[in-house]
Amino acid sequence: MSRPRGPRPERMSILSPTGHLGFTPIERGSFDIGVSRRPDAIVADSGSCDIGPQPLGADEHCSPAQWQRHDLELMLLAARRLRVPMIVGSASDTGTDRCVSQYAEIIRDVARHHRLPAFTLATIRSEVRLDDLKRRLDAGVRVEGLDGRSDLTLETLARTDRVVAVMGAAPIIDALDRGADVVITGRSSDSAIFAAPAIRAGFPEAAAYYLGKVLECASFAAEPFMGKESIIGTVTAAEVTVAPMHPGQRCTVASVASHAMYERASPFFEKVAGGALDMTHCRYEQLDERTAKITGFAFRTDSVYRIKLEGAGKVGERALAIAGIRDPYTIRHLDAVIAWARAKVTERWGEPGARYQLHYHVYGRDGVMGAWEPRREHPAHELGIVVEAVAPRFEDAEVICTLGTRNLFYARLPEVKGTAGTAALMMDEVLRGKPGYEWTVNHVLPLADPLELTALELETAGG
Amino acid sequence: MTTRPLVELAKTIRSKNAGVDQITFDVIFRDMVTYELVKRSRALTVETVMRLYGVSRERVTAFVEFDPALAIKFTIRRDRPSGSPGERDVFGAQQYAPLFDLPIPLD
Repeated sequence: MSRPRGPRPERMSILSPTGHLGFTPIERGSFDIGVSRRPDAIVADSGSCDIGPQPLGADEHCSPAQWQRHDLELMLLAARRLRVPMIVGSASDTGTDRCVSQYAEIIRDVARHHRLPAFTLATIRSEVRLDDLKRRLDAGVRVEGLDGRSDLTLETLARTDRVVAVMGAAPIIDALDRGADVVITGRSSDSAIFAAPAIRAGFPEAAAYYLGKVLECASFAAEPFMGKESIIGTVTAAEVTVAPMHPGQRCTVASVASHAMYERASPFFEKVAGGALDMTHCRYEQLDERTAKITGFAFRTDSVYRIKLEGAGKVGERALAIAGIRDPYTIRHLDAVIAWARAKVTERWGEPGARYQLHYHVYGRDGVMGAWEPRREHPAHELGIVVEAVAPRFEDAEVICTLGTRNLFYARLPEVKGTAGTAALMMDEVLRGKPGYEWTVNHVLPLADPLELTALELETAGG
Repeated sequence: MTTRPLVELAKTIRSKNAGVDQITFDVIFRDMVTYELVKRSRALTVETVMRLYGVSRERVTAFVEFDPALAIKFTIRRDRPSGSPGERDVFGAQQYAPLFDLPIPLD
Protein backbone atom coordinates (compact mmCIF):
# COMPACT_ATOMS: atom_id res chain seq x y z
CA MET A 1 0.00 0.00 0.00
CA SER A 2 1.33 3.44 -0.78
CA ARG A 3 0.02 6.84 0.09
CA PRO A 4 0.34 9.52 -2.61
CA ARG A 5 1.72 12.90 -1.61
CA GLY A 6 -0.84 15.66 -2.22
CA PRO A 7 -0.07 19.28 -3.11
CA ARG A 8 1.72 21.21 -0.37
CA PRO A 9 -0.73 22.56 2.19
CA GLU A 10 -0.35 26.17 3.27
CA ARG A 11 0.66 25.17 6.78
CA MET A 12 1.26 22.12 8.93
CA SER A 13 1.04 21.88 12.72
CA ILE A 14 2.74 19.28 14.89
CA LEU A 15 1.98 18.55 18.52
CA SER A 16 4.99 17.70 20.71
CA PRO A 17 3.89 16.36 24.11
CA THR A 18 7.23 15.42 25.71
CA GLY A 19 10.95 15.77 25.22
CA HIS A 20 11.65 12.18 26.30
CA LEU A 21 8.66 9.86 26.10
CA GLY A 22 8.39 7.62 29.15
CA PHE A 23 11.07 9.37 31.24
CA THR A 24 8.33 11.00 33.37
CA PRO A 25 4.66 10.84 32.34
CA ILE A 26 3.15 13.36 29.89
CA GLU A 27 0.97 16.00 31.59
CA ARG A 28 -2.58 15.41 30.49
CA GLY A 29 -4.07 18.93 30.65
CA SER A 30 -1.93 20.67 28.03
CA PHE A 31 -1.89 17.52 25.87
CA ASP A 32 -5.69 17.56 25.63
CA ILE A 33 -5.66 21.28 24.77
CA GLY A 34 -3.11 20.49 22.05
CA VAL A 35 -5.22 17.68 20.63
CA SER A 36 -8.29 19.98 20.56
CA ARG A 37 -6.33 22.24 18.17
CA ARG A 38 -6.41 19.36 15.66
CA PRO A 39 -2.68 19.15 14.82
CA ASP A 40 -1.58 17.42 11.59
CA ALA A 41 0.73 15.01 13.41
CA ILE A 42 1.66 13.97 16.96
CA VAL A 43 5.37 13.36 17.36
CA ALA A 44 7.69 12.61 20.27
CA ASP A 45 11.24 11.54 20.86
CA SER A 46 11.89 8.82 23.44
CA GLY A 47 15.66 8.66 23.61
CA SER A 48 18.74 10.35 24.95
CA CYS A 49 22.41 9.56 25.34
CA ASP A 50 22.42 11.61 28.54
CA ILE A 51 21.51 8.50 30.49
CA GLY A 52 25.00 7.15 29.96
CA PRO A 53 26.37 4.20 27.98
CA GLN A 54 25.06 1.35 30.18
CA PRO A 55 21.47 1.11 28.83
CA LEU A 56 22.67 0.91 25.22
CA GLY A 57 25.57 -1.42 25.94
CA ALA A 58 23.49 -3.79 28.07
CA ASP A 59 20.33 -3.21 25.95
CA GLU A 60 18.21 -2.19 28.94
CA HIS A 61 15.75 0.68 29.18
CA CYS A 62 15.91 3.21 31.98
CA SER A 63 12.29 4.46 31.90
CA PRO A 64 9.58 2.50 33.74
CA ALA A 65 7.51 0.39 31.29
CA GLN A 66 4.33 1.68 32.92
CA TRP A 67 5.12 5.31 32.00
CA GLN A 68 6.17 4.36 28.48
CA ARG A 69 2.79 2.68 28.00
CA HIS A 70 0.99 5.68 29.53
CA ASP A 71 2.58 8.08 27.05
CA LEU A 72 2.19 5.81 24.00
CA GLU A 73 -1.46 5.16 24.85
CA LEU A 74 -2.26 8.88 25.16
CA MET A 75 -0.60 9.61 21.82
CA LEU A 76 -2.06 6.62 19.98
CA LEU A 77 -5.66 7.24 21.04
CA ALA A 78 -5.45 10.92 20.10
CA ALA A 79 -3.67 10.29 16.78
CA ARG A 80 -6.15 7.62 15.70
CA ARG A 81 -9.11 9.78 16.75
CA LEU A 82 -7.76 12.69 14.67
CA ARG A 83 -6.62 10.27 11.92
CA VAL A 84 -3.16 11.90 11.78
CA PRO A 85 0.29 10.30 11.81
CA MET A 86 1.95 9.45 15.12
CA ILE A 87 5.73 9.21 15.12
CA VAL A 88 7.90 8.11 18.04
CA GLY A 89 11.67 8.35 17.64
CA SER A 90 14.48 6.59 19.54
CA ALA A 91 12.19 4.01 21.10
CA SER A 92 12.67 3.16 24.75
CA ASP A 93 15.67 5.40 25.60
CA THR A 94 18.34 3.90 23.36
CA GLY A 95 16.56 2.90 20.13
CA THR A 96 17.98 -0.62 19.79
CA ASP A 97 16.07 -3.28 17.80
CA ARG A 98 14.73 -4.72 21.04
CA CYS A 99 13.43 -1.27 22.03
CA VAL A 100 11.55 -0.94 18.71
CA SER A 101 9.95 -4.37 19.23
CA GLN A 102 9.00 -3.44 22.79
CA TYR A 103 7.21 -0.24 21.69
CA ALA A 104 5.54 -1.96 18.73
CA GLU A 105 4.14 -4.55 21.12
CA ILE A 106 2.73 -1.80 23.37
CA ILE A 107 1.08 -0.16 20.32
CA ARG A 108 -0.50 -3.51 19.26
CA ASP A 109 -1.69 -4.17 22.79
CA VAL A 110 -3.19 -0.70 23.31
CA ALA A 111 -4.93 -0.99 19.91
CA ARG A 112 -6.45 -4.35 20.94
CA HIS A 113 -7.39 -3.11 24.37
CA HIS A 114 -9.28 -0.09 22.95
CA ARG A 115 -10.58 -2.01 19.89
CA LEU A 116 -9.14 0.63 17.57
CA PRO A 117 -10.06 0.37 13.88
CA ALA A 118 -7.27 -1.09 11.73
CA PHE A 119 -4.24 1.12 11.01
CA THR A 120 -0.77 0.63 9.56
CA LEU A 121 2.06 0.34 12.06
CA ALA A 122 5.60 0.85 10.78
CA THR A 123 8.74 -0.10 12.66
CA ILE A 124 12.15 1.15 11.54
CA ARG A 125 15.16 -0.56 13.07
CA SER A 126 18.59 1.04 12.98
CA GLU A 127 20.88 -1.16 15.07
CA VAL A 128 24.13 -1.76 13.22
CA ARG A 129 25.69 -5.20 13.31
CA LEU A 130 29.28 -5.15 14.50
CA ASP A 131 30.40 -7.43 11.64
CA ASP A 132 28.81 -5.01 9.14
CA LEU A 133 30.92 -2.20 10.61
CA LYS A 134 33.99 -4.41 10.64
CA ARG A 135 33.51 -5.21 6.93
CA ARG A 136 33.28 -1.51 6.14
CA LEU A 137 36.43 -0.76 8.15
CA ASP A 138 38.21 -3.67 6.44
CA ALA A 139 37.13 -2.22 3.08
CA GLY A 140 38.86 1.03 4.04
CA VAL A 141 35.79 3.14 4.78
CA ARG A 142 36.70 6.09 6.97
CA VAL A 143 34.46 6.28 10.03
CA GLU A 144 35.26 9.75 11.26
CA GLY A 145 35.30 10.60 14.97
CA LEU A 146 33.14 13.44 16.31
CA ASP A 147 33.98 16.03 18.97
CA GLY A 148 37.73 15.50 18.86
CA ARG A 149 37.69 11.69 18.69
CA SER A 150 40.00 9.87 16.34
CA ASP A 151 38.60 7.74 13.50
CA LEU A 152 37.05 4.40 14.40
CA THR A 153 39.51 1.50 14.55
CA LEU A 154 39.08 -2.26 14.72
CA GLU A 155 40.55 -2.11 18.23
CA THR A 156 37.80 0.28 19.39
CA LEU A 157 35.17 -1.79 17.63
CA ALA A 158 36.42 -4.85 19.51
CA ARG A 159 35.64 -3.05 22.80
CA THR A 160 32.08 -2.30 21.62
CA ASP A 161 28.99 -4.36 22.47
CA ARG A 162 26.24 -2.52 20.60
CA VAL A 163 25.92 0.22 17.98
CA VAL A 164 22.90 2.15 16.75
CA ALA A 165 22.72 4.48 13.75
CA VAL A 166 21.02 7.81 14.35
CA MET A 167 18.62 7.92 11.41
CA GLY A 168 17.55 11.09 9.64
CA ALA A 169 14.23 11.92 8.03
CA ALA A 170 14.58 9.69 4.92
CA PRO A 171 13.49 6.32 6.39
CA ILE A 172 10.53 7.95 8.16
CA ILE A 173 9.38 9.70 4.97
CA ASP A 174 9.66 6.33 3.24
CA ALA A 175 7.44 4.73 5.90
CA LEU A 176 4.83 7.49 5.55
CA ASP A 177 4.94 7.11 1.74
CA ARG A 178 4.15 3.43 2.20
CA GLY A 179 1.05 4.21 4.18
CA ALA A 180 2.23 4.16 7.80
CA ASP A 181 -0.16 5.72 10.31
CA VAL A 182 2.05 5.04 13.31
CA VAL A 183 5.85 4.98 13.06
CA ILE A 184 8.11 3.59 15.79
CA THR A 185 11.78 4.17 15.05
CA GLY A 186 15.10 3.03 16.38
CA ARG A 187 17.65 5.71 17.26
CA SER A 188 16.88 8.87 15.33
CA SER A 189 17.81 12.56 15.31
CA ASP A 190 15.33 14.40 17.51
CA SER A 191 14.68 17.06 14.88
CA ALA A 192 14.34 14.55 12.00
CA ILE A 193 11.26 12.80 13.39
CA PHE A 194 9.38 16.14 13.29
CA ALA A 195 10.95 17.22 10.00
CA ALA A 196 9.94 14.00 8.19
CA PRO A 197 6.17 14.64 7.88
CA ALA A 198 6.82 18.31 7.01
CA ILE A 199 9.36 17.49 4.29
CA ARG A 200 7.02 14.85 2.92
CA ALA A 201 4.21 17.43 2.79
CA GLY A 202 6.44 19.60 0.61
CA PHE A 203 7.88 22.13 3.06
CA PRO A 204 11.52 23.19 2.61
CA GLU A 205 14.06 21.16 4.59
CA ALA A 206 15.27 24.29 6.42
CA ALA A 207 11.81 25.13 7.79
CA ALA A 208 11.05 21.46 8.49
CA TYR A 209 14.27 20.87 10.47
CA TYR A 210 13.85 24.12 12.37
CA LEU A 211 10.33 23.00 13.29
CA GLY A 212 11.89 19.81 14.61
CA LYS A 213 14.65 21.64 16.45
CA VAL A 214 12.21 23.88 18.31
CA LEU A 215 9.75 21.05 19.13
CA GLU A 216 12.17 18.29 20.18
CA CYS A 217 12.09 19.08 23.91
CA ALA A 218 8.40 20.14 24.03
CA SER A 219 7.78 22.71 26.80
CA PHE A 220 11.50 23.41 27.34
CA ALA A 221 11.18 25.93 24.48
CA ALA A 222 8.69 27.92 26.56
CA GLU A 223 8.89 29.83 29.84
CA PRO A 224 8.58 29.63 32.78
CA PHE A 225 10.39 26.29 33.08
CA MET A 226 8.02 23.28 33.03
CA GLY A 227 8.64 19.73 31.86
CA LYS A 228 6.37 17.30 29.98
CA GLU A 229 3.86 19.95 28.84
CA SER A 230 2.70 20.01 25.21
CA ILE A 231 3.58 22.63 22.62
CA ILE A 232 2.53 23.05 18.99
CA GLY A 233 4.78 24.20 16.16
CA THR A 234 3.44 25.32 12.80
CA VAL A 235 5.44 25.47 9.59
CA THR A 236 4.73 27.38 6.37
CA ALA A 237 7.04 27.78 3.37
CA ALA A 238 8.99 30.59 5.05
CA GLU A 239 8.41 30.59 8.79
CA VAL A 240 7.91 28.53 11.91
CA THR A 241 5.67 29.61 14.78
CA VAL A 242 5.56 27.92 18.15
CA ALA A 243 3.13 28.18 21.06
CA PRO A 244 2.76 26.33 24.39
CA MET A 245 -0.46 24.54 25.30
CA HIS A 246 -0.10 25.01 29.05
CA PRO A 247 -2.00 28.22 29.90
CA GLY A 248 0.78 29.30 32.26
CA GLN A 249 3.57 29.16 29.68
CA ARG A 250 4.69 31.49 26.89
CA CYS A 251 7.01 31.03 23.93
CA THR A 252 9.13 34.15 23.85
CA VAL A 253 12.06 35.30 21.73
CA ALA A 254 14.26 34.61 24.75
CA SER A 255 12.85 31.15 25.51
CA VAL A 256 12.99 29.95 21.91
CA ALA A 257 16.44 31.40 21.22
CA SER A 258 17.80 29.98 24.44
CA HIS A 259 16.39 26.57 23.52
CA ALA A 260 18.35 26.71 20.26
CA MET A 261 21.55 26.40 22.28
CA TYR A 262 20.32 23.92 24.89
CA GLU A 263 22.47 20.76 25.06
CA ARG A 264 24.39 21.78 21.93
CA ALA A 265 27.93 23.06 21.57
CA SER A 266 26.81 25.48 18.87
CA PRO A 267 23.59 27.54 18.78
CA PHE A 268 24.08 28.02 15.04
CA PHE A 269 24.31 24.52 13.57
CA GLU A 270 22.28 21.39 14.16
CA LYS A 271 23.80 18.40 12.39
CA VAL A 272 21.50 15.67 11.10
CA ALA A 273 21.97 12.74 8.76
CA GLY A 274 22.75 14.21 5.33
CA GLY A 275 23.29 17.83 6.32
CA ALA A 276 22.98 20.59 8.89
CA LEU A 277 20.38 23.13 9.88
CA ASP A 278 22.03 26.56 9.80
CA MET A 279 20.52 28.96 12.35
CA THR A 280 23.18 31.68 12.00
CA HIS A 281 20.77 34.17 10.43
CA CYS A 282 17.63 33.20 12.33
CA ARG A 283 15.33 36.05 13.26
CA TYR A 284 13.17 35.62 16.33
CA GLU A 285 10.01 37.73 16.73
CA GLN A 286 7.15 37.87 19.22
CA LEU A 287 3.99 37.18 17.19
CA ASP A 288 1.58 37.52 20.08
CA GLU A 289 1.89 37.24 23.83
CA ARG A 290 2.43 33.49 23.80
CA THR A 291 3.64 32.75 20.29
CA ALA A 292 7.11 33.21 18.82
CA LYS A 293 7.90 33.35 15.10
CA ILE A 294 11.20 32.28 13.58
CA THR A 295 12.49 32.95 10.06
CA GLY A 296 15.87 33.03 8.35
CA PHE A 297 16.98 29.39 8.75
CA ALA A 298 18.87 27.52 6.03
CA PHE A 299 19.75 23.88 5.36
CA ARG A 300 23.18 22.80 4.13
CA THR A 301 23.12 19.47 2.37
CA ASP A 302 26.35 17.48 2.75
CA SER A 303 28.05 16.32 -0.45
CA VAL A 304 28.35 12.85 1.11
CA TYR A 305 25.41 11.44 3.10
CA ARG A 306 26.76 10.59 6.55
CA ILE A 307 24.98 9.10 9.51
CA LYS A 308 25.97 9.30 13.17
CA LEU A 309 26.74 6.10 15.07
CA GLU A 310 26.48 5.66 18.83
CA GLY A 311 28.09 2.66 20.45
CA ALA A 312 28.84 1.41 23.94
CA GLY A 313 31.06 -1.32 25.32
CA LYS A 314 31.39 -2.99 28.70
CA VAL A 315 34.38 -2.09 30.84
CA GLY A 316 33.69 -4.41 33.74
CA GLU A 317 31.64 -5.31 36.79
CA ARG A 318 31.28 -2.61 39.41
CA ALA A 319 31.49 -2.57 43.21
CA LEU A 320 30.88 0.47 45.42
CA ALA A 321 31.45 1.31 49.08
CA ILE A 322 30.84 4.40 51.21
CA ALA A 323 33.08 5.87 53.90
CA GLY A 324 33.08 9.11 55.91
CA ILE A 325 35.88 11.20 57.43
CA ARG A 326 35.41 13.70 60.28
CA ASP A 327 38.91 14.08 61.85
CA PRO A 328 40.22 17.49 60.67
CA TYR A 329 43.81 16.24 60.62
CA THR A 330 42.85 13.29 58.43
CA ILE A 331 40.85 15.60 56.14
CA ARG A 332 43.91 17.86 55.74
CA HIS A 333 45.96 14.81 54.76
CA LEU A 334 43.31 13.04 52.72
CA ASP A 335 45.48 12.72 49.63
CA ALA A 336 48.01 10.77 51.71
CA VAL A 337 45.21 8.56 53.08
CA ILE A 338 43.93 7.73 49.61
CA ALA A 339 47.48 7.19 48.36
CA TRP A 340 47.99 4.67 51.18
CA ALA A 341 44.78 2.82 50.29
CA ARG A 342 45.69 2.77 46.60
CA ALA A 343 49.15 1.49 47.44
CA LYS A 344 47.68 -1.41 49.42
CA VAL A 345 45.54 -2.33 46.39
CA THR A 346 48.50 -2.03 44.02
CA GLU A 347 50.54 -4.31 46.29
CA ARG A 348 48.13 -7.16 45.60
CA TRP A 349 46.63 -6.31 42.20
CA GLY A 350 49.33 -4.37 40.41
CA GLU A 351 48.91 -0.97 38.78
CA PRO A 352 45.36 -0.07 37.72
CA GLY A 353 44.60 -0.56 34.02
CA ALA A 354 43.05 -3.41 32.10
CA ARG A 355 42.90 -5.59 35.25
CA TYR A 356 40.96 -3.11 37.35
CA GLN A 357 40.00 0.54 37.87
CA LEU A 358 39.72 2.20 41.27
CA HIS A 359 38.10 5.61 41.76
CA TYR A 360 37.70 7.69 44.93
CA HIS A 361 34.83 10.18 44.80
CA VAL A 362 35.39 12.64 47.62
CA TYR A 363 32.11 14.45 48.29
CA GLY A 364 32.64 17.63 50.30
CA ARG A 365 35.87 18.34 48.42
CA ASP A 366 35.76 17.60 44.66
CA GLY A 367 33.28 14.74 44.32
CA VAL A 368 31.17 16.62 41.76
CA MET A 369 33.77 18.43 39.71
CA GLY A 370 36.92 16.34 40.03
CA ALA A 371 39.92 17.98 38.39
CA TRP A 372 37.79 20.99 37.37
CA GLU A 373 37.08 21.93 41.03
CA PRO A 374 38.74 25.29 41.85
CA ARG A 375 37.95 25.04 45.60
CA ARG A 376 39.64 21.69 46.19
CA GLU A 377 41.83 23.20 48.88
CA HIS A 378 38.79 24.15 50.99
CA PRO A 379 37.14 20.86 51.93
CA ALA A 380 34.11 20.67 54.23
CA HIS A 381 34.37 19.67 57.91
CA GLU A 382 33.28 16.13 57.05
CA LEU A 383 33.76 14.25 53.82
CA GLY A 384 31.86 11.40 52.20
CA ILE A 385 33.91 9.05 50.05
CA VAL A 386 32.44 6.69 47.49
CA VAL A 387 34.94 4.03 46.50
CA GLU A 388 34.28 2.60 43.04
CA ALA A 389 36.08 -0.48 41.75
CA VAL A 390 35.64 -1.98 38.28
CA ALA A 391 37.06 -5.32 37.16
CA PRO A 392 36.13 -8.01 34.62
CA ARG A 393 34.74 -10.28 37.37
CA PHE A 394 32.46 -8.94 40.11
CA GLU A 395 34.22 -11.08 42.74
CA ASP A 396 37.44 -9.23 41.94
CA ALA A 397 35.79 -5.79 41.88
CA GLU A 398 34.32 -6.62 45.29
CA VAL A 399 37.66 -7.58 46.80
CA ILE A 400 39.42 -4.54 45.33
CA CYS A 401 36.66 -2.26 46.60
CA THR A 402 36.87 -3.80 50.07
CA LEU A 403 40.64 -3.44 50.13
CA GLY A 404 40.46 0.16 48.90
CA THR A 405 37.83 1.06 51.50
CA ARG A 406 39.16 -0.77 54.59
CA ASN A 407 42.54 0.84 54.05
CA LEU A 408 40.93 4.27 54.44
CA PHE A 409 40.22 2.94 57.95
CA TYR A 410 43.78 1.70 58.50
CA ALA A 411 45.62 4.66 56.93
CA ARG A 412 48.95 5.43 58.60
CA LEU A 413 49.37 9.13 59.33
CA PRO A 414 52.27 10.27 61.56
CA GLU A 415 50.32 12.51 63.96
CA VAL A 416 46.84 11.07 63.90
CA LYS A 417 45.13 11.15 67.32
CA GLY A 418 42.39 8.69 66.49
CA THR A 419 44.37 5.49 66.55
CA ALA A 420 41.32 3.25 66.49
CA GLY A 421 40.33 3.92 62.89
CA THR A 422 40.75 6.78 60.39
CA ALA A 423 37.39 6.53 58.67
CA ALA A 424 33.72 6.08 59.57
CA LEU A 425 32.13 3.22 57.68
CA MET A 426 28.41 3.57 57.08
CA MET A 427 28.44 -0.21 56.91
CA ASP A 428 31.22 -2.68 56.36
CA GLU A 429 29.64 -3.73 53.10
CA VAL A 430 30.31 -3.51 49.40
CA LEU A 431 27.40 -2.77 47.06
CA ARG A 432 26.97 -4.20 43.60
CA GLY A 433 26.46 -1.52 40.96
CA LYS A 434 25.36 -2.01 37.38
CA PRO A 435 28.33 -2.92 35.21
CA GLY A 436 30.53 -0.08 33.97
CA TYR A 437 30.22 0.77 30.27
CA GLU A 438 31.76 3.45 28.12
CA TRP A 439 30.76 5.31 24.98
CA THR A 440 33.19 3.74 22.54
CA VAL A 441 31.56 5.03 19.35
CA ASN A 442 30.62 8.65 18.61
CA HIS A 443 31.41 8.70 14.90
CA VAL A 444 29.92 9.32 11.47
CA LEU A 445 29.66 6.74 8.71
CA PRO A 446 29.30 7.63 5.01
CA LEU A 447 26.40 5.88 3.24
CA ALA A 448 25.68 5.33 -0.45
CA ASP A 449 21.95 5.18 0.25
CA PRO A 450 20.17 6.93 3.18
CA LEU A 451 18.06 3.78 3.70
CA GLU A 452 21.07 1.45 3.73
CA LEU A 453 21.25 0.89 7.51
CA THR A 454 17.56 0.93 8.37
CA ALA A 455 15.00 -1.87 8.10
CA LEU A 456 11.34 -0.96 7.60
CA GLU A 457 8.48 -3.33 8.43
CA LEU A 458 4.79 -2.60 7.96
CA GLU A 459 1.89 -4.41 9.56
CA THR A 460 -1.77 -3.91 10.31
CA ALA A 461 -2.60 -3.23 13.94
CA GLY A 462 -6.04 -2.89 15.53
CA GLY A 463 -9.11 -3.84 13.57
CA MET B 1 36.73 49.68 40.23
CA THR B 2 33.27 48.46 41.29
CA THR B 3 32.47 44.85 40.48
CA ARG B 4 29.51 42.53 40.90
CA PRO B 5 29.59 38.75 40.84
CA LEU B 6 28.23 37.17 37.67
CA VAL B 7 25.56 35.29 39.67
CA GLU B 8 23.87 38.63 40.50
CA LEU B 9 23.81 39.75 36.87
CA ALA B 10 22.75 36.58 35.03
CA LYS B 11 19.23 35.17 34.81
CA THR B 12 20.44 31.63 34.14
CA ILE B 13 23.79 29.92 34.62
CA ARG B 14 23.69 26.25 33.63
CA SER B 15 25.74 23.33 32.34
CA LYS B 16 24.65 20.22 30.48
CA ASN B 17 26.03 17.50 28.24
CA ALA B 18 26.41 18.41 24.57
CA GLY B 19 26.71 14.87 23.27
CA VAL B 20 28.76 12.27 25.09
CA ASP B 21 32.15 13.98 24.90
CA GLN B 22 31.44 17.59 25.82
CA ILE B 23 29.76 19.75 28.46
CA THR B 24 28.27 23.06 27.39
CA PHE B 25 27.71 26.10 29.61
CA ASP B 26 25.09 28.82 29.11
CA VAL B 27 25.10 32.19 30.87
CA ILE B 28 21.87 33.97 29.99
CA PHE B 29 20.92 37.56 30.86
CA ARG B 30 17.53 39.16 31.44
CA ASP B 31 18.06 42.28 29.36
CA MET B 32 20.24 43.66 26.59
CA VAL B 33 21.88 46.28 28.87
CA THR B 34 23.26 43.70 31.30
CA TYR B 35 24.25 41.32 28.50
CA GLU B 36 26.17 44.07 26.69
CA LEU B 37 27.77 45.18 29.96
CA VAL B 38 29.15 41.71 30.65
CA LYS B 39 30.18 41.18 27.03
CA ARG B 40 32.04 44.49 26.88
CA SER B 41 33.73 43.91 30.24
CA ARG B 42 35.72 41.01 28.72
CA ALA B 43 35.56 39.40 32.16
CA LEU B 44 34.21 36.14 30.73
CA THR B 45 36.40 34.90 27.88
CA VAL B 46 38.11 31.70 26.78
CA GLU B 47 41.01 32.64 29.10
CA THR B 48 38.60 32.96 32.04
CA VAL B 49 37.24 29.48 31.31
CA MET B 50 40.76 28.04 31.11
CA ARG B 51 41.63 29.61 34.46
CA LEU B 52 38.39 28.74 36.31
CA TYR B 53 38.34 25.11 35.19
CA GLY B 54 42.06 24.53 34.87
CA VAL B 55 41.78 23.31 31.28
CA SER B 56 43.96 23.95 28.23
CA ARG B 57 42.78 26.13 25.34
CA GLU B 58 42.21 23.16 23.06
CA ARG B 59 39.77 21.68 25.57
CA VAL B 60 37.53 24.77 25.22
CA THR B 61 35.93 23.68 21.96
CA ALA B 62 33.51 26.57 21.51
CA PHE B 63 33.00 30.07 22.90
CA VAL B 64 30.09 32.06 21.49
CA GLU B 65 28.32 35.31 22.27
CA PHE B 66 24.77 34.49 21.14
CA ASP B 67 22.87 37.77 20.82
CA PRO B 68 19.34 36.44 20.10
CA ALA B 69 19.30 34.66 23.46
CA LEU B 70 21.33 37.36 25.32
CA ALA B 71 23.74 34.58 26.19
CA ILE B 72 27.41 33.77 26.51
CA LYS B 73 28.02 30.12 25.80
CA PHE B 74 31.08 27.91 25.95
CA THR B 75 31.85 24.21 25.70
CA ILE B 76 34.54 22.08 27.32
CA ARG B 77 35.63 18.63 26.19
CA ARG B 78 35.32 16.04 28.98
CA ASP B 79 38.22 14.06 30.44
CA ARG B 80 36.45 10.88 29.29
CA PRO B 81 33.05 10.12 27.75
CA SER B 82 30.00 10.67 29.96
CA GLY B 83 29.06 7.76 32.21
CA SER B 84 32.40 5.93 32.03
CA PRO B 85 33.62 4.32 35.28
CA GLY B 86 34.79 7.13 37.56
CA GLU B 87 32.04 9.49 36.29
CA ARG B 88 31.15 12.36 38.63
CA ASP B 89 28.26 14.04 36.79
CA VAL B 90 26.70 11.91 34.07
CA PHE B 91 24.40 14.71 32.83
CA GLY B 92 27.09 17.39 33.24
CA ALA B 93 24.46 19.37 35.12
CA GLN B 94 26.47 20.65 38.13
CA GLN B 95 29.63 22.04 36.57
CA TYR B 96 28.67 25.72 36.44
CA ALA B 97 29.16 26.79 40.08
CA PRO B 98 32.66 28.30 39.64
CA LEU B 99 31.12 30.93 37.34
CA PHE B 100 29.00 32.41 40.14
CA ASP B 101 31.71 34.45 41.86
CA LEU B 102 33.35 35.74 38.70
CA PRO B 103 33.73 39.51 39.31
CA ILE B 104 32.30 41.68 36.51
CA PRO B 105 33.57 45.30 36.43
CA LEU B 106 30.67 47.73 36.27
CA ASP B 107 32.55 50.75 34.88
